[in-house]
Amino acid sequence: MPPYKAGLKRKVTSDKKSDNVVEDKQDSSSDNEIEDLLQGDLDKESDATDSEHEQEDDGSDGERDEVLFDDSADSVLEEDPQSEESIDESSDLSDSEDNESGDSADDDESQPESDEEQSADSGAETGTAPSASGSSDESNKKNQILKNENEKSNIKQASTKKKALKQRQKKKMSSIDVLASKIQEAKVSTEPVQQKDEYESGDTSDEEDRVNTAGEVPMWWYNEYPHVGYDLDGRRLIKPPQRDHIDEFLKKCEDPEFWRTVRDPSTGQDIVLSKEDLQMLERLRQSRVPSATHDEYEPWVEWFSREVLATPLRAFPEHKRSFLPSRSEQKQISRIVHALKMGWTKTRKQIADERKKKKERQFYNLWGAGGQVRAPRSLPAPRRALPSHAESYNPPPEYLLDRREMKEWDKLSETPWKRKYTFLPTRHASLREVPAYPRYVRERFLRCLDLYLAPRAIKMRLTINAEDLVPKLPSPRDLQPFPTSEVLRITGHEALVRSVDFDPSGQYIVSGSDDGTVKVWETSSGRCLRTVRLGAAVARVAWTPALGLSLVAVALGRRLLLLNPGADIGAHRVAADTDALLAEPPPAHDVLMDERTSSCVQWEVVDAEQWARGVRVAVAHFKPVTHVAWHARGDYVAVTLAEGAARAVVVHQLSRRRSQLPFRRAKGLVQCAVFHPHRPLIFVATQRVVRVYDLVKQELVRKLQTGAQWISAIAVHPAGDNLLVASYDRKLVWFDLELSARPYQTLRLHGGAVRALAFHRRYPLFASAGDDRYLVVAHGMVYNDLLQNPLLVPLKQLPGPERSGELCVLDVRWHPAQPWLLAAAADHTIRLYA
Amino acid sequence: MVAKKKKKYSSGEGAQFMTRKAALKKLQLTLKDFRRICILKGIYPREPRNRKRAQKGAGGIKTLYHTKDIKFLLHEPIIWKLRELKVFQQKIRKARAMREYQKMKKYFRDYPEINIDHIVKERYPTFVDALRDLDDCLTLCFLFSTFPSLKRVPPDQSLLCRRLTVEFMHAVIAAKALRKVFVSVKGYYYQAELEGQTITWIVPHHFSFQPQSKDEVDFKIMSTFVEFYIMMLGFVNFKLYHSLNLVYPPKLTAAFNADTEKDLVDERVYVSERIAAMNISVARIAGANEVEELPEIDIFNTEDTDPQKLEEAKLEAEKVKKLKTMFKGLKFFINREVPREPLVFIIRCFGGEVSWDRNHFVGATFDETDESIAYQIVDRPTMDKQYLSRYYIQPQWVFDSVNTRSLLPINKYLMGAVLPPHLSPFVDKTKDQVYIPPEARALNDPNFKPLSEDGPSEEEIEEDSEEEKEEKEESEDEDAEKALTKQYQQEVEQDSQSEDESDDDIDPEKKKLAKEKKKAMAVTTGVTFKENPYQKEIEDKQAFRLREKLVRKKHRNLYKSMKAGQEKRKKDIWLLRKKRRLHDEKVKEENKVEKRKQKMQMLEAAST
Repeated sequence: MPPYKAGLKRKVTSDKKSDNVVEDKQDSSSDNEIEDLLQGDLDKESDATDSEHEQEDDGSDGERDEVLFDDSADSVLEEDPQSEESIDESSDLSDSEDNESGDSADDDESQPESDEEQSADSGAETGTAPSASGSSDESNKKNQILKNENEKSNIKQASTKKKALKQRQKKKMSSIDVLASKIQEAKVSTEPVQQKDEYESGDTSDEEDRVNTAGEVPMWWYNEYPHVGYDLDGRRLIKPPQRDHIDEFLKKCEDPEFWRTVRDPSTGQDIVLSKEDLQMLERLRQSRVPSATHDEYEPWVEWFSREVLATPLRAFPEHKRSFLPSRSEQKQISRIVHALKMGWTKTRKQIADERKKKKERQFYNLWGAGGQVRAPRSLPAPRRALPSHAESYNPPPEYLLDRREMKEWDKLSETPWKRKYTFLPTRHASLREVPAYPRYVRERFLRCLDLYLAPRAIKMRLTINAEDLVPKLPSPRDLQPFPTSEVLRITGHEALVRSVDFDPSGQYIVSGSDDGTVKVWETSSGRCLRTVRLGAAVARVAWTPALGLSLVAVALGRRLLLLNPGADIGAHRVAADTDALLAEPPPAHDVLMDERTSSCVQWEVVDAEQWARGVRVAVAHFKPVTHVAWHARGDYVAVTLAEGAARAVVVHQLSRRRSQLPFRRAKGLVQCAVFHPHRPLIFVATQRVVRVYDLVKQELVRKLQTGAQWISAIAVHPAGDNLLVASYDRKLVWFDLELSARPYQTLRLHGGAVRALAFHRRYPLFASAGDDRYLVVAHGMVYNDLLQNPLLVPLKQLPGPERSGELCVLDVRWHPAQPWLLAAAADHTIRLYA
Repeated sequence: MVAKKKKKYSSGEGAQFMTRKAALKKLQLTLKDFRRICILKGIYPREPRNRKRAQKGAGGIKTLYHTKDIKFLLHEPIIWKLRELKVFQQKIRKARAMREYQKMKKYFRDYPEINIDHIVKERYPTFVDALRDLDDCLTLCFLFSTFPSLKRVPPDQSLLCRRLTVEFMHAVIAAKALRKVFVSVKGYYYQAELEGQTITWIVPHHFSFQPQSKDEVDFKIMSTFVEFYIMMLGFVNFKLYHSLNLVYPPKLTAAFNADTEKDLVDERVYVSERIAAMNISVARIAGANEVEELPEIDIFNTEDTDPQKLEEAKLEAEKVKKLKTMFKGLKFFINREVPREPLVFIIRCFGGEVSWDRNHFVGATFDETDESIAYQIVDRPTMDKQYLSRYYIQPQWVFDSVNTRSLLPINKYLMGAVLPPHLSPFVDKTKDQVYIPPEARALNDPNFKPLSEDGPSEEEIEEDSEEEKEEKEESEDEDAEKALTKQYQQEVEQDSQSEDESDDDIDPEKKKLAKEKKKAMAVTTGVTFKENPYQKEIEDKQAFRLREKLVRKKHRNLYKSMKAGQEKRKKDIWLLRKKRRLHDEKVKEENKVEKRKQKMQMLEAAST
């Protein structure tokens, strides 16, 4: 914006304001005039370098000083304000310079900006004004001087401006009001115009102030002359009398004002600086604003901003088309309206609404009519367990953890999944005190993970009870009779009783013990009827099953003795018959034994002493005898020898006093051998296998895999079709020979090794005993119907003797007719259960 | 010519299963997308019978899916949608990188929505199927309805969850379907019965949302679940409302208070707030009957059904019917400190009327000053202003009453009283080896009297009585357990006797005759052999122990583990009983001391 316009604007605003302000406005406008003048100077100097520019400034300063000096010469009173004013002015000037340069830099486009700047400037100016006016007459004087300077131009311009202003004034009353109020707020205190006389101090100007007209020449040119230049009338300005150093010194000593006396180089006059001058110098030295009365923090008065637009931007009126609506736009709009009416287009709001509606979920009857969708059959996820009492916010007191449980809870803090609950059961006195469950979100998240990440499979849930797994068997009470308690305890042996047996009628008991005796007892009373001392430990005793004979087979070390218990036991005729039968050995030519047999078996001749003891037949073997088994008819005895290898099993025929070795080759460690009750078969138990041989055909009939680690004993069912095997590894194995060579059932009824077992001859009972305290009586029913499998029911655990050493019960036998069980115990007793 | 050798794993279990990696390759999806589609479609890994074969001989444990499932996914149109999304995401990413925010905004605006209606139908072909699987859905939706806006959760999800859950609760209220409630430390458990399906859900306590660490909880996964559950719950709600003759997006029956309130600024907000208050029944479809009575169960004499069972079912139905109108005609007022939503829901479910402080929440129907209020639910020890016309009870009364299906006596639940334990209604009492706390037993049979509970009346009596008497009672109480066992034994004996008698009753005349005969013979009366029951029991036990040894080898381990479980349960029950006994004794002791103290004080007061 050109400066004249700015000036014009300024003027306008000042006119619009209340009268009080007018004076200031004029002041500012005069400032502007100065600016204008100086602009020309600046333009000229623009070629010069910065340093030159500075020099120029200095020069100008010097010039002004000269002028001031002249004033001071006139009057001391006027001197100070003048100088002050000049400095003021210079500062103003510099301000305006900046402003102008800014203006020139700015384009027309940045008009508002420049306006703002100007307004700021003007603000600053006006800011100075009140303080100046408020302080003293000085400011008045200054104003007057300035006005004198610009008198003519002011008058001329004012008239034109006022005319232009009146037009705008009407337009922008509102903005003016705002401005007025603003200004009132700012409280600019000024004096009315009437009070001031512009020409009070005479018509002076800067030019007239200049006393010395010598121009800008170095002062030393006048060194040789008595004058220093010329005044306006061309008269010489006489130098004041020059002082030498002594004079100076004297003056220094005498004159109290000397310290503030300076010499003006342009006139050569001494100038005494006033108090104000000194203050100003002091302030300048401190680089503060020279005038002490200047207020730097005056309130801001807005002249021209976004809100306040006191002046128009342009001076010319608006074009007509700016008032009339556009024709083409009208056409466009009508087209759009038509399209909207016809529904060809939609408004933005409509579109947005539609979009929003589309995003909103619409629910409808999904399971109404409609085809079925086939999806692969899915396994529903298992539901979460429902809460127990412990989860309650107020659980019963028993669910709260006591101190011990709490300790365990704390101990498992590292492994919380091992805890009893996932939460700590706590009691809250009221619902209000229940806090949020901190793991709730986590638990829900884990459930989500389970739902999509956990593998699923159909698992049949067991709806059975544990009791259902136990086989349903008839109650033992329905399977009576069987022995239920101990009825008789027979003592008398001095060492553990190895073996016991009933006689075929069941009246007597024979027992063999480690103390080297064989004793015969009466079953009904338990009285010892006879004791046979044999001198060595008896391994086995077995009464012959033949009814017409009275014979007991005794295994005594390597020998097998056949004892006749005596005439006082049982029918004496039977005893006598037996004696008669065994008195005469058969003729020697009848006894035909091959060399293999005779090398290991020796039928001994029984001497009179032994005969008297009851020994009727004695057979010596090459190895100790471990097991003796009678054939059902009583003619044959199968003897098992320890470590006999191929000759471990020997079969003796009593009637012919002859022995046989049925096996040619060893098939393992033979444990025992027993005869089939009625068929010519022999069961030979080795360590793990039971072999069934046909003695007539001399061939292996069957090999039974027991599955046991070490067989201890075998027993054949009286019917002959079933076999029971006992083993040291606590098992009882039942074989149904008709069914298969595999075990029909394996019973683990014992806690220790099973050493003995026996079938009852008439009742469907069997008993087993071993190294644990209990004898087990079981029901073993074999049906004649081949389709029906044997029924095995353990009936009773009979408490046996205490364990002595490792052993407990060594042998069991059933009474031939009664359900009575006889046990040979390791604690030197024989026990009868009924 | 040699036949072509069959390739291994081309049939059988090897061909049935597919590892996740193979599935990803087949579907050409990223793991993220695959996870999403699996969640939406309800596809999950399967446990193979033979893992080695299913993994085609590979070692380790791999996530296996049914090949059939993956092939099923292959035809899913959503997969194409997912690919479209991917393109969109790329576009958005590019726009962001180029700082074309206008464009980005537009992309966000036009972001394609995945429509999963058909998946809901596919996964739940019938409405009942959906109801059966509603547990997790409701639990998660109720949780999400409490969530603030989260980074990985779409912004509208939580609001929608809130809306749908409130709608569902309205449906439950209208159907009177709520059966059981339980306040646990985790939250409120509700069990409703809709269309014959029991649905159980949990609503967390207030302020359940807490910031979770990233490796603890992945909200993205939960949000995907919620995405599906929202649709499912929406459709279920629609169907429920329809079956109940309600207008689906629920509307209020009457625009109440419309005249008093000034012009509604936003009617939708107004309605939704009132609906959230759950205090006004929602609008019915015009012309629908208000109440539909369920027909009574008729008993058919079919051969296969057990008449006793039928009788039980009938009884149960009657009880449920009573439960539905338990609070009918009763007015409740909820105090400020009581959690409003659960109680309003429960009371309204059983026909009660509720209100609360007008300043507390919108939708209050009557004020505290209303004299017709029957119960005021308070959760503070005392109140300044009390009305004589109503009971001041603690909230647990409502929960316990619902679980026992009758209005419980309020004396234990009065304001400031120490509450009796709150028991879970979900414990199956019919199962054996379940510990039933004495309180629950007391509920089941009125004759049972738990040890610890001294009714106020009893206390008074005790106070009146002399000390000796007290001591006597105490000693009695100490032996109460013994007495109980004795009583039990007596009962058993009575039962057996009665049975015997019933046997004998068949021919009493004969018996008489026999007696006469005996008298005539003049022989001393023979003492019948009486089997010692103890002995018999021992024998049976022994026999059983023997039989136990005959358990087949195949089942032995199973049997052992089952036995161990039984033992453990037994031990747990034993422990609980013991703890309870100790606790009761302690409480009794304390009571005694207190009483004595009181007496002493009384005496002192009297003397002075």
